Amino acid sequence: MVAAKIAGVLRAQFPGLVLASDIDGLHPSLTLSPENWKEAAAFLRHDPRAGFNFLRCISSLDLYPEPFIELVYDLMALEPAGPGEPWRCAATVAIRLRVPRDGGSVPSVADIWPAAEWHEREAFDLMGVKFEGHPDHRRILCPDDWIGHPLRKDYQYPTEYDGIPAGPAPKTSVPETP
Amino acid sequence: MSTPDSCDRRVFQAEDRATRAVRGFTLLGAIFVLVCAILAFGATRVSGVAGLLAGLLAAGAGGLAGASLLIALAVRFREPLGRLLARVAFPIFMVAVVATVFFAWVPALLYEEVDRLAGSVSTASGEPRQMPLGVAEIRSYLLGSCGVGSAWVATLVASLLWLLQFGLVRDLITVTGIVVFVSLVAMFGIWWERKVAGRIQSRLGPMRVGGWHGWAQSLADGLKLLQKEDIFLSGADRPLFYLAPYVAFVPALSLFSVLPFSAAWVCRDLEIGLIFILALLALGVLGVLLAGWSSNNKWSLLGSMREACQMISYEIPLGFSLLVPVMSVGSLRLTTLGEVQANGFTSWVAFASPFTLAAAVIFFIGTLASCKRAPFDLPEAESELVAGYHTEYSGFRWALFFFAEYAEMFAVGALATILFFGAWYSPLPAAWGAAWERGPIWQRALHGILFSGPLWLIGKSLFFVYLQMWLRWTLPRVRLDQVMFACVQVLLPLALMVLAGNSFWQLWVLPQSGLARLANLVCAVLGALVLVAMLAIIVYARVNRRRLVGSLVVEHLPGA
Amino acid sequence: MQERVYHSYPDLLLDAEGEDLADLRTEEMLINMGPQHPSTHGVLRLVLRTDGELVLEAVPHIGYLHRCAEKIGENLAPYQFIPITDRLDYLAAMNNNYAFSMAVEQLCGIEVPERGRYVRVIMSELNRIASHLVSFGSYALDLGAFTPFLYGFREREYILDLFESACGARLTYSYITIGGPALDLPEGFLENLQQFLDYFEPKIDEYNQLLSYNHIFVRRTAGVGVISPEDAIAWGLTGPCLRGSGVRWDLRKCMPYDIYDRFEFEIPVGVPGGSDGIPRAVVVGDSWCRYFVRIAEMKQSARILRQCLEQIPDGPVRAKVPRVLKLPSKEVYFEAENPRGQLGFLVVGDGSPIPRRVKIRGPSFCNLSIASQICRNVLVADIAAIIGSIDVVMGEVDR
Repeated sequence: MVAAKIAGVLRAQFPGLVLASDIDGLHPSLTLSPENWKEAAAFLRHDPRAGFNFLRCISSLDLYPEPFIELVYDLMALEPAGPGEPWRCAATVAIRLRVPRDGGSVPSVADIWPAAEWHEREAFDLMGVKFEGHPDHRRILCPDDWIGHPLRKDYQYPTEYDGIPAGPAPKTSVPETP
Repeated sequence: MSTPDSCDRRVFQAEDRATRAVRGFTLLGAIFVLVCAILAFGATRVSGVAGLLAGLLAAGAGGLAGASLLIALAVRFREPLGRLLARVAFPIFMVAVVATVFFAWVPALLYEEVDRLAGSVSTASGEPRQMPLGVAEIRSYLLGSCGVGSAWVATLVASLLWLLQFGLVRDLITVTGIVVFVSLVAMFGIWWERKVAGRIQSRLGPMRVGGWHGWAQSLADGLKLLQKEDIFLSGADRPLFYLAPYVAFVPALSLFSVLPFSAAWVCRDLEIGLIFILALLALGVLGVLLAGWSSNNKWSLLGSMREACQMISYEIPLGFSLLVPVMSVGSLRLTTLGEVQANGFTSWVAFASPFTLAAAVIFFIGTLASCKRAPFDLPEAESELVAGYHTEYSGFRWALFFFAEYAEMFAVGALATILFFGAWYSPLPAAWGAAWERGPIWQRALHGILFSGPLWLIGKSLFFVYLQMWLRWTLPRVRLDQVMFACVQVLLPLALMVLAGNSFWQLWVLPQSGLARLANLVCAVLGALVLVAMLAIIVYARVNRRRLVGSLVVEHLPGA
Repeated sequence: MQERVYHSYPDLLLDAEGEDLADLRTEEMLINMGPQHPSTHGVLRLVLRTDGELVLEAVPHIGYLHRCAEKIGENLAPYQFIPITDRLDYLAAMNNNYAFSMAVEQLCGIEVPERGRYVRVIMSELNRIASHLVSFGSYALDLGAFTPFLYGFREREYILDLFESACGARLTYSYITIGGPALDLPEGFLENLQQFLDYFEPKIDEYNQLLSYNHIFVRRTAGVGVISPEDAIAWGLTGPCLRGSGVRWDLRKCMPYDIYDRFEFEIPVGVPGGSDGIPRAVVVGDSWCRYFVRIAEMKQSARILRQCLEQIPDGPVRAKVPRVLKLPSKEVYFEAENPRGQLGFLVVGDGSPIPRRVKIRGPSFCNLSIASQICRNVLVADIAAIIGSIDVVMGEVDR
């Protein structure tokens, strides 16, 4: 319900922003277009109707074989209750952005939600999405001279790194739950 | 993964080495026996100094022969010997402790005998002889007046006593004794620290090496460290890197030469003994600085800079607090400072006035910082600097730093005891046992145990060492700026106030007046209460062990 | 909030305009509090730019324990992925298993029977106590108090013995799986748990006497590394770091999952000093508050455990899960309250037994991101105090 309200407010504020909404599933989410993402993010953060002050997670999904990578921003609106009362969660929503796989970039929201700084670095490191305006745009988990972005579906496993030989690529199997 | 082949080869190599060692030592022993026989034969033929020299060399060669043959036997029968030793390790240890105590006493007795000799030996004209006496004179005295039977026993004893007349020989013996004592104290301190740490942390500490509560752990660690590889850093300053452990260790060792263990048991009774000790304690800072700088390691540098800061700053309140007993007693000589406290518990300098009590506490806190013990152990803060200034040292050099630390701990404990807490006197007034001081050996031993003796000094110093260990394992570490704040803004003003207060006390309060006696009584009662409280806590904790720790722990964890 | 000026490591000696300061500031040192260090709680590398003892800037470098668990998750079925979740926050393995199992159960619509739910909560809260004991012990060790570490581990031995009797392992359990716990509780487990709780609860007061109110400890931690509530929320902190800043937010109470709404317990938060026995120097959001929240949480976990002991029913522990569990083409994002914060799993299914994507939101990863902000203009000794109070486990940071 709350996600529908947010969708309505966003549609009113930024026409053409909300491309799709899936608010009845397990993970209510709104798909936005990446062009006005910065303004939309600022709106979501600061506008009293939204008030999403807590960025839980930025996930990146590789939609291979489609030529898109999807970024999922999980947001939560925390607000204090009375003294001695636990804080309340007014709303949760997931914002999805579709970015082209090759050379896709998205404005960074690290100045709006500082938590995004390291999440965006991880998305760049493991998925290869660039974030414009990120204060410290470099790899975070892999070594600085790593080639490729490991979480992509078409990632080539390296045969060696710095002279150290690597093993063969893993295979999957269909297991049984006992 | 070693194949069965290489396993066998290693075992065979070990066996081979053992056999070779046995053969080698047996051969060495045989050679020494031969040399000894030749020299002994020569000694009986030649007389005079050459004969004496030959005799001494023969004795030396005989000793070495015996040692080599013993080593050969030990290696040959190492397995049954190991099993036997494991069983009798603890009795051997106790016998060794008692024997050490007695062997420390023997030289003092011998010196007394030798000093008395001059009075006993008289010339034909009846006048007492001047020292040094000749060997022949002592020999004739022994054969004549002392009733020693055989001639060559008398010769042997006379030679020994003749040697003991010379100050150089006495100094050599004393210095050897000091070095042995400091090593023993350091080894004991390391073992004890680990046991105390274990018991405070609800565990046992070393238990295996040597059998009974791991008493030989320090010995094993020392032997291990001796044979470790001497790692040298490529970027380090070679001369300074090699020098630093010695600059840290030698002052800690040297200050034992001024430390009196009893009224007559002191290597050099300096007029300014206290200043000498302070100076040597300050020299230790240099070793730490050199170590940190020459390691070419930023963490070591940080550690040594912190240490320089801390130790030098705490010297000031330390010095001020030391001036207080000096003012009360009026001398810098350590034996004088000790002898003042001969009249029992209430005559101890710490309980003379509230100012001396405060000075004792300030002194103790200052020594905690000076010895780099927690809560002031920033220089070796394990969790920030790995090991601080001695990170890059390994093997024997690191052992020297460690030895220096424990030697210093004991030395400052001894200093606190001598200055404040009764030196080598027991809480009973020495006047009560004055009659026993000149009696036979067993009376003098009893006097040493009950009234005054080196054992009391060592025991009280060990108590202060234990206090330092107790604090280390209980308190967290103080940050550097807080350390400096505590020194300059808390301890230093306090020390100055105590010094000023004591000055006025000395000026205006007469020693036997009512106020002085009252203050003495109150402070003594306070001190006694603290002691009794500690004992009460120990007894209470022992009796209520199960309830305090929790039944689960006592059932499931050993030694908890 | 302070002005944020970032430098990447090779350019660390540039000022805000990019001017090279290396010629002027010759007394500054670049110290590497390297991956191997006694107080960085794992393989964390902090590059400190210091002026003597004063740290001007601290840049964390992570990734030394990166095993790309998320890529592994795209190649293993959920049941096979449970041991990987063990090794994320290896000190709270039960909680990790719990979070992942609940995410997959939500995705597939699996209902776990009542007894299984209680067993899961018991294991989860016991592991919370064990994890907080490690954090308490190693924090004391960082600050030079050697003894509380041993006391914490002595208590932890009992918890690990309980876990060993239940599933055979002491650190990485893989006990809570899809559909409930793998095995039922052994005989005598609940009695041993009761005995442990009776033994443990007085110990918390002992820890407070030994460490929490110790003057030296308070002076080392009070007022050090203060994080305001707004900063804490903005930087995505969760768990005791968030609660230490005064934000009374705990997923178990505010967005209850599983059966946590049946238990009565409180959420401890950081309170200002001077009231209620709290030392005067304490500021809301400093290291002492974060540390004390953990101590108080241990008490609350013991409370929950006692209620579990009363309420646990008999019956089966596992649900009927098909032999080959096909994940529907949906996605779920589930967060659970771990000892270190909120552990989140985004599981995307595509109709096959193997998920399309498993994204792990590690709480320590988010908590550590604030380190570069608060480790400014403090002494080197404070770095250990701050990092220890954030309580990171690198398995979660790097995954």
